[in-house]
Amino acid sequence: MPDEPAGSETAPMPGPAAATAAAPSAAATAPALTPILEMRGITKSFFGVPVLRDVDLDVRAGEVHAVLGENGAGKSTLMKILAGAHQPDGGTIVLDGQEVKFGHPSEAQNAGVSIIYQEFTLLPERTVAQNIYLGREPHRGPFVDTRAMGKATAELLRSLNVEAAIRPNKVVRSLSIAQQQTVEIAKALSFHSKVLVMDEPTAALSPHEVAALFERVRLLRERGVAIVYISHRLREIFEIAQRVTVLKDGRKVGTSEVAATSTRELVKQMVGRDLAHYFPPRATPGEVAEPRLAVRGGGVTGLLHDINIEVKRGEILGIGGLAGSGRTELAQALFGVRPFDTGEVQLDGKAIRIRSARQAVRRHMGFVTEDRKIEGLVLPLSVRDNSLLALRSLGSFFRRGTGALTIAELLRTLELRGAGLEREVRFLSGGNQQKVVLAKWLACEAQILIFDEPTRGIDVGAKAGIHDLMRQLARNGAAILMISSELPELIGMSDRVVVLRNGKIAGELPPGPTESAIMFLATGEQDVASAA
Amino acid sequence: MTTPQATMPGGPGTRIQGFRSSVASTNAAPIYLVLLAIFLAAWVIVSLAGRPFLTIDNLTSMLVRSVALGIVAAGQTVVILAGSLDLSVAYLISVAALVSSLIMSGDPSKIGIAIAAVLGIGVVVGLTNGLLVTKLRINAFIATLGVGLILRGLLNAAFDNFAGKVAPEFEVLGYGSIGPIPLSVLLLSATVLGVWFLLRSTRFGHHVYAVGGSEETARLSGVRSHRIIIGAHILCCLTAVLTGLFLVARIRAGAPWIGPDGGYDLESIAAVVVGGTALAGGRGGVWGTLAGVFILAIIDNAFNALQFNSFVKDVVRGVIIIAAVAIYAQRERRAGR
Repeated sequence: MPDEPAGSETAPMPGPAAATAAAPSAAATAPALTPILEMRGITKSFFGVPVLRDVDLDVRAGEVHAVLGENGAGKSTLMKILAGAHQPDGGTIVLDGQEVKFGHPSEAQNAGVSIIYQEFTLLPERTVAQNIYLGREPHRGPFVDTRAMGKATAELLRSLNVEAAIRPNKVVRSLSIAQQQTVEIAKALSFHSKVLVMDEPTAALSPHEVAALFERVRLLRERGVAIVYISHRLREIFEIAQRVTVLKDGRKVGTSEVAATSTRELVKQMVGRDLAHYFPPRATPGEVAEPRLAVRGGGVTGLLHDINIEVKRGEILGIGGLAGSGRTELAQALFGVRPFDTGEVQLDGKAIRIRSARQAVRRHMGFVTEDRKIEGLVLPLSVRDNSLLALRSLGSFFRRGTGALTIAELLRTLELRGAGLEREVRFLSGGNQQKVVLAKWLACEAQILIFDEPTRGIDVGAKAGIHDLMRQLARNGAAILMISSELPELIGMSDRVVVLRNGKIAGELPPGPTESAIMFLATGEQDVASAA
Repeated sequence: MTTPQATMPGGPGTRIQGFRSSVASTNAAPIYLVLLAIFLAAWVIVSLAGRPFLTIDNLTSMLVRSVALGIVAAGQTVVILAGSLDLSVAYLISVAALVSSLIMSGDPSKIGIAIAAVLGIGVVVGLTNGLLVTKLRINAFIATLGVGLILRGLLNAAFDNFAGKVAPEFEVLGYGSIGPIPLSVLLLSATVLGVWFLLRSTRFGHHVYAVGGSEETARLSGVRSHRIIIGAHILCCLTAVLTGLFLVARIRAGAPWIGPDGGYDLESIAAVVVGGTALAGGRGGVWGTLAGVFILAIIDNAFNALQFNSFVKDVVRGVIIIAAVAIYAQRERRAGR
């Protein structure tokens, strides 16, 4: 841990203060039982949709407290409230025996609460040092002490053993994704906080990097820092956490000692049922037919190399890989958003060229994007207008061909409930929004569907509905390519899994692969923890 | 990402240098080559037409022409870097010119209070712009256009031409010089250096880049983004006031058309953009803006010397602005990801 940079007056909670708060020597073995942080009855709604309902969380100094839950369970919102980025509608936060209200993230920082966010919060145009110390630059009066900032950053990077690859004055844009994640971690470590929140910090890391991160986390814990660790990777929680709180649909299910619980028990709490019933059955060999879309030697300069895949009628092809491995880029290349520079794309055995999304739509392809609020839907438009968006753009208001199926019928088959045709889609739940996106493509008679993170931000009940729909579409003859970073989804839904690494295909796995088999292909590293 | 030079831990010297180059605009170097090319082209063309170009008189006149636009463009750079912009500066320049000239009314003892008064107005207008953009979440284009229209209405209601008169001593700001260097050129240099230093070396400057790059990221990192945007707007309005003071010192009396006739709102934005600062904010710097100002001044000067139709001048300026931004967009695309 680097020393406090000279001249830094506002950096919150330097090491010693955190230590006195928590009596570190005792905390290392037996955490103080009085919590340093208590959140009581936290309630929060967005647009009238409740996201958190009466959630409690208490965290002790010197413990790693895991918060577990499916996407959409409310983990991230709870943490944003703790960090001052959102304000709760109800409930109290008590820090160190005093009730606090954080109106701005800087107030939380000053009180000793810091957070490392799931999505990157780095400025690509600024240097590593400027990013790490953003908002807390070492300074003399109004002037930034660049020398002290560079030195502190260098020490921080040295403590992570990355000083050779990442230098303080490098512009973040020039770093790889994994390096950026490391900078993000270095930033979190630089806070010297009483409470440190880590929101899925391992999403883009290889096992090797995860091990290095955990080493740091343990060190912080021994110093008496209270760490809130958010993840949906259960194994990590058993490895690093002392207690675990499970959230489901915005409510707290329970808090338990990690030593006294089991994977099975946690899954049950998270999902509310056993995993075995979670996914619809895979395609039988008879249901999978001829290849529809195929890529031979496809490449996009600097992003994808030598891609050879084919998607068959009736199957769901899963695409795995770490963040930044080229998953989304592959989908974009197929759909013509950023087309392949090299190689050949074949549709039903015939070479075709798809240079724009429009051409892809004409070929009856559909792309359910990762970020449905930006790329999938026009939020202020109605369900009807969104459903007709692609069809209308092809120049015909009315359905071509039979004209028999109206949007209303289509939405009925998708089981879109609780939303009229004229309702603006921004008021819909995540699951219903996803159904509208799907309706948009089905209206164009899409037969080849690309799903990028199909159930991101969708609550568990609706998730199963989306999964069932996908399987039903495949059974009705669609060829589906599904990108997912959720390993259970990738494993449970895919008829085959292709794993990408650094823009190349690392390998293909048969139905029902293990998590470690996927991670091995995704990282190229043998997973030490699971091998042991 | 392989970085051959990164294997060396890097002494303190290299590190400091890195910070400097990253904070000052990395885009600034090429635009100075363009400036040089345009300068040489203007020199050749004007000389061929048998007119003076590379004379002390002409160069000085070009520099002085750059002062008014340069000062306000320096402020505009800050506000654009912060992800906003200011269209009210042209009318604010008129307000500053008129109010200072009215307060002075030829009396040298009133110079101090006149300057203080217009700086105060600048702070109020900047604060208003900033509050509209941040607290009421009005798009900066509309908010500052509205404020500019309000100022125009007030000006046109009260004045139709010259009003007041500056003190003779005050004219030094427009005409005086220290040795061979005009005072006004020093004023421009001081403003540009001040803004450069502010952006490079102060927390405010660092936060301007951060907020312009991503307001949400800056906010989540603990930066008070609203204060930064408001501060940038105030700073921009203060530079507009300074331009107003300089112009009134040269014209000797204030008039409502001083700002809008100079087109300082759109010209200052054009200079910033030609200088390589991203209109979306977060990338660029004041040195590029200075080059942009000089480029516009050279074109002005050359066309005046050639006594060409001013429509042609506008066409050339339009082409240069579009070409500059197109080139930056290309470079950005190639550097992308």
